[in-house]
Amino acid sequence: MRNMIKTQGLTKIFKIGKKQETELVAVDDLSLEVERGEVFGFLGPNGAGKTTTVRMLTGLIRPSSGSAQIAGFELGKNDTEIRRNVGILTESPGMYERLSAEKNLTIFANLYDVPDIDKAVNKYLSMLGLWERRHDAVGSFSKGMRQKLVVARALIHEPQILFLDEPTTGLDPEASKTVRDFVEELKTEGRTIFMTTHNLDEAERLCDRVGIFQQKLLTQDSPANLREKMYGRRVVFHLRELQPAWVDLVSSIPGTGSVEAVDNKLVVSLKDPDESNPEIVRTLVAAGADVQFVGEIRHSLEQVYLEMVKGSERVQQ
Amino acid sequence: MKHIRTIINKEWSEVFKNRWVISTMTMLPLLFTALPLVMLSMTGGSTMSAEISAESSGLPAGVVASCAGLSAVDCTQIYLLNQFMLIFMMMPLMIPTTIAAYSIVGEKTTRSLEPLLATPITTIELLAGKGLAAVIPGVLISYAAFGVFILGSLLLKLSPAVFSHIISPTWLLGVLVLGPILSVIATIFATYVSSRASDPRVAEQLSSMVILPLMLVMFAVLAGKLVINIWFMLIAIVFCAVVAFGMLHLGTVIFDRENILTKWK
Ligand SMILES: Nc1ncnc2c1ncn2[C@@H]1O[C@H](COP(=O)(O)OP(=O)(O)OP(=O)(O)O)[C@@H](O)[C@H]1O
Ligand SMILES: [Mg+2]
Repeated sequence: MRNMIKTQGLTKIFKIGKKQETELVAVDDLSLEVERGEVFGFLGPNGAGKTTTVRMLTGLIRPSSGSAQIAGFELGKNDTEIRRNVGILTESPGMYERLSAEKNLTIFANLYDVPDIDKAVNKYLSMLGLWERRHDAVGSFSKGMRQKLVVARALIHEPQILFLDEPTTGLDPEASKTVRDFVEELKTEGRTIFMTTHNLDEAERLCDRVGIFQQKLLTQDSPANLREKMYGRRVVFHLRELQPAWVDLVSSIPGTGSVEAVDNKLVVSLKDPDESNPEIVRTLVAAGADVQFVGEIRHSLEQVYLEMVKGSERVQQ
Repeated sequence: MKHIRTIINKEWSEVFKNRWVISTMTMLPLLFTALPLVMLSMTGGSTMSAEISAESSGLPAGVVASCAGLSAVDCTQIYLLNQFMLIFMMMPLMIPTTIAAYSIVGEKTTRSLEPLLATPITTIELLAGKGLAAVIPGVLISYAAFGVFILGSLLLKLSPAVFSHIISPTWLLGVLVLGPILSVIATIFATYVSSRASDPRVAEQLSSMVILPLMLVMFAVLAGKLVINIWFMLIAIVFCAVVAFGMLHLGTVIFDRENILTKWK
């Protein structure tokens, strides 16, 4: 089995209002595939339907239509098996505040039918540096310690697939890093990870592939491919002085797309900068330009994201 | 079974750390056991040993009529005992109500339901675990209180007629059989109310309305309109058992996973 998560036309419609008279389409016709060992980032603005998607994929709420296979099990038919193979870090992960860290983990190890409960609990308590505090009530823990504990809780049954719903939201940089490092470690163990996040840097660093989602899946690909698909590759030529005629001159060179003049710079879209750059430089120098500096414009995933999300809002209105 | 045990264990370790729950669980049985014993001992030593008559006792006529052949003291005590039996039915109603209210509302306020529902536990196991965690202490405590009451009655040296009333089939059925059935009803009712409330005290108070029917019976007995005999008890047991099964069935229909997750807030 290659695809650990596979969905076809997954849709969730909530009935809202006093008399359940209004329909709210939270997730619309979602089809996606996540391979074994892949880290998939699910990006979208507030209210996009990310949490709803995670809840459907973990068998917590029923899809209105569509189907999904998780770890090879059919959603809606084999939900107990799915739950055994899936770990989830929920958006607001509550703990039993009056109980100790150890007790919290033990309860979940029991519910997940972990074979050697003490071993699993001790492993995660020491791995995440909570060993010394294992007998303390969780109510006395800091946010970072809690987050470690809820991650441990999601992993206690060694699931093949891990769903992380905004795992670093509200954490300080250091605690976020701990969580991120942990995700990277899990990735090397070959686990499949589906994470939602608002942190695009994080998505870019951790995810093999990202999906940009707002009610519908707008696009999905690796962060690098997404950038290239949307903006192509663009090169900027800094000149000491810019003459308007050079715009047309550069446009006429084969392989160049759009050419824009911005202050003393020419911004050129190129299919293959490695091929075209020397030719453009030669042409400009021959025309009497002083080329000071040549550089590629790097678009961040954030720009791609904002553009996609803005575009989809316009379509919706 | 393991999942249910885990839930019960979890509930007890959490809920029993709550002072209010603990005080309800201790004060109620103390009060409800001590009060009847004190009242019995106060009526016991009186001089009303003559044959009972409606005018002299001040008891409702219906009660007096049922006391043929008993002394005034015995009749008064039996009349009181009939109220006390109802008090013993209140414990299995009120203790589970308190536990269930704190357990459900607590789960909601800490937002620990979602991770719980993500585990392979079935909804029935979850509800059974939570329900039993509330019912078991209610039943055990009321049994224990009844045991203490019987011991106390022995020490008070009640007349044989009065004592045999306490261990009559009607009483035993009431405390040992009807009590647990009532606590099942109270727990389901409290679970339902608590799933809609955000404050455990409010949930507890609203759920306590489940004792209203019992209060009605109590007033009817006080007014002499109703004498609780074995037939009344058997009918009450059958009726309440049917209600309990109906509520259990309804509960498993209403409370599916999605509903628990999205409607319990
Ligand atoms: N149980 C529910 N009943 C009714 N509507 C709901 C329910 N759960 C979610 N919604 C609606 O579905 C939409 C998607 O919500 P969801 O929580 O999935 O968004 P999200 O992408 O996780 O947002 P955020 O980034 O804020 O966490 C929202 O409009 C929300 O109001
Ligand atoms: Mg969300």
